[in-house]
Amino acid sequence: MAVSDMTTKLTLGPIAYHWPAEERRDFYARIADEAPVDEVYLGEVICSKRAPFHEPDLPAMIERLERAGKTVILSSLAEVMLKRERKATEDLAAMDHPEIEINNAAGLYARGKRPHRIGPFMNAYNEATIAWLAGQGATHVSLPTELPAEAIAVAAQAARGLGLGVEVQVFGRASLAVSARCYHARAHGRTKDNCQFVCEDDPDGMPLRTRDDAPILRVNGIQTQSESYVDLLPETGRLVADGVTHLRLMPQAVDMVAVAEIFRGTLDRALETSEAEARLRAVCTGTRFSNGFYHGQAGYRRIAGATSV
Amino acid sequence: MSLAELICPAGTPAALRTAVDAGADAVYCGFQDATNARNFPGLNFTPDELTETAAYAHARGTKVLLALNTYPPAGKVDLWRQAADLGVRIGVDAFIVADMGVADYIARIHPGTRLHLSVQAAASSPEAIRYYCESFGVKRVVLPRILTIPEIRQIRTEIPCEIETFIFGNHGLMVEGRCSLTNYLTGQSTNMDGVCSPASDVEYTRDADGSMSSQLAGFTIDRFGPEEKAGYPTICKGRYTAPHRREGYYAFEEPVSLNLSRLLPDLIDAGVHAFKIEGRQRSKSYVRGVVTAFRRAVDDIRAGRQADIADLVALTEGQKQTQGAFETKKWR
Repeated sequence: MAVSDMTTKLTLGPIAYHWPAEERRDFYARIADEAPVDEVYLGEVICSKRAPFHEPDLPAMIERLERAGKTVILSSLAEVMLKRERKATEDLAAMDHPEIEINNAAGLYARGKRPHRIGPFMNAYNEATIAWLAGQGATHVSLPTELPAEAIAVAAQAARGLGLGVEVQVFGRASLAVSARCYHARAHGRTKDNCQFVCEDDPDGMPLRTRDDAPILRVNGIQTQSESYVDLLPETGRLVADGVTHLRLMPQAVDMVAVAEIFRGTLDRALETSEAEARLRAVCTGTRFSNGFYHGQAGYRRIAGATSV
Repeated sequence: MSLAELICPAGTPAALRTAVDAGADAVYCGFQDATNARNFPGLNFTPDELTETAAYAHARGTKVLLALNTYPPAGKVDLWRQAADLGVRIGVDAFIVADMGVADYIARIHPGTRLHLSVQAAASSPEAIRYYCESFGVKRVVLPRILTIPEIRQIRTEIPCEIETFIFGNHGLMVEGRCSLTNYLTGQSTNMDGVCSPASDVEYTRDADGSMSSQLAGFTIDRFGPEEKAGYPTICKGRYTAPHRREGYYAFEEPVSLNLSRLLPDLIDAGVHAFKIEGRQRSKSYVRGVVTAFRRAVDDIRAGRQADIADLVALTEGQKQTQGAFETKKWR
């Protein structure tokens, strides 16, 4: 069987960081015009305080991306606690168009059995949970980033048997934790309520290093991310063979059009994996790659010699 | 006024008996495998041990809650189902669950079995809690440690189930059930394996200047001066540097423990049904001390007396304490 075909979709996940509105507009305009991605997730997933900065631009962005032939999906907040977060989740769940991706059980409650996607924060770790969610109207499931290959294969088979799309993150920093506390504000001696949006200073997350100066984690507001970028480029063949239908690229502060081209080229067999890897490294200078989670090992690790099926 | 049940940790059969004898209204425990979130070496119960100690608890009017609060990875769901079947046979009083697939299984196969929603499910809004109540018949939610008392009071009015809150013990910083920090550094997952900063990956090394480094899987989580006491390398309680923080700082939280003994009357008044004491990894004598002191404090409050909490303060002497998010949202 061919490694790939036109049926494997490349998606662009929601921007995890607090990029300024102007940069977001430029970013998505370029994605619409140039990036070979099939589907684009929009919306604020991490911090409800950021949403007012870029929500006004959403209708125009959706229109622009759809005009370029992309499917647009709106993602919901991962953490829902405050009144404004409950309201935002409820409003999103009421939408008929575009599609929505739910990242918190509050969204499932509001959505009922109307069709929706399950986001990576929903903890759909296994076939039993996927079957339950499918029975409640889920049409698509993003698997947790820490799920290893064997489990991905079982989950993907079950999901496809139920008619669901199956998505795995193949590029970008992994979300490792969320908290009620804002660690960006804390680093600057502030609290979440008076943060003054200091997270805007770090478009690729704020690096934390150990006290013997080794890079370890990234802070993005209430979220803690991996220092390394997940890179499953060499594993795309196996992912597709195992039944994964959608491969997710997470927006990082690098040339994401180039990243999308490299993954698309690999899927289409227009690029050799080794050549593609070399190009990806050149696009992401200075950042380590990891694929440990996929191989059932420490997430930060880079397991060499992993090859396409 | 709520019943203010005291829910106590039982990491071993001996700790379970101790907690029962000290006045626990309920104990919570798990099997010796990945089906619970304290899957630590030397802890937890064999099926025979649970059968025996559950009888001991029941004979003294203490309930037994079984934690099945991890997330089975695809292909391994049977282990959780078998644990649930076993728990039903043993006659535990409730299951503490997080995974929807596990909850759905118990609700369908063992209808009428009481389900509590684990803190690992991270249900922090009335809507999320109602989702689990309506979907699986959940009777009680263990709230994440991120809410203030006024927020808990408000949630209470909007949900159809009981509320349990942590009041004492280790103070996790991340939203439970959404943390892969340990897996990122060690290859063992909190959600799938029930492991957090495992002791098998811990190393302490003495540096040339007399300072001590605490490491997890080769990563330095903190360094301590010669006169400082070296702490356990829990990732979210380590000191790191950032571009604006060249001196190591507690990027997430200081190594403090939660102690809400002063807030007990307010929590009861807010409608909290049950108080959970963390610490299945703790010794028998710790369990005895904490349970005894809280038993007295809760009984005093329910009888309208001023609670004596001196013993509880003494239990954590020398340790930093916090009331976390419960007291003020400035914590966030």
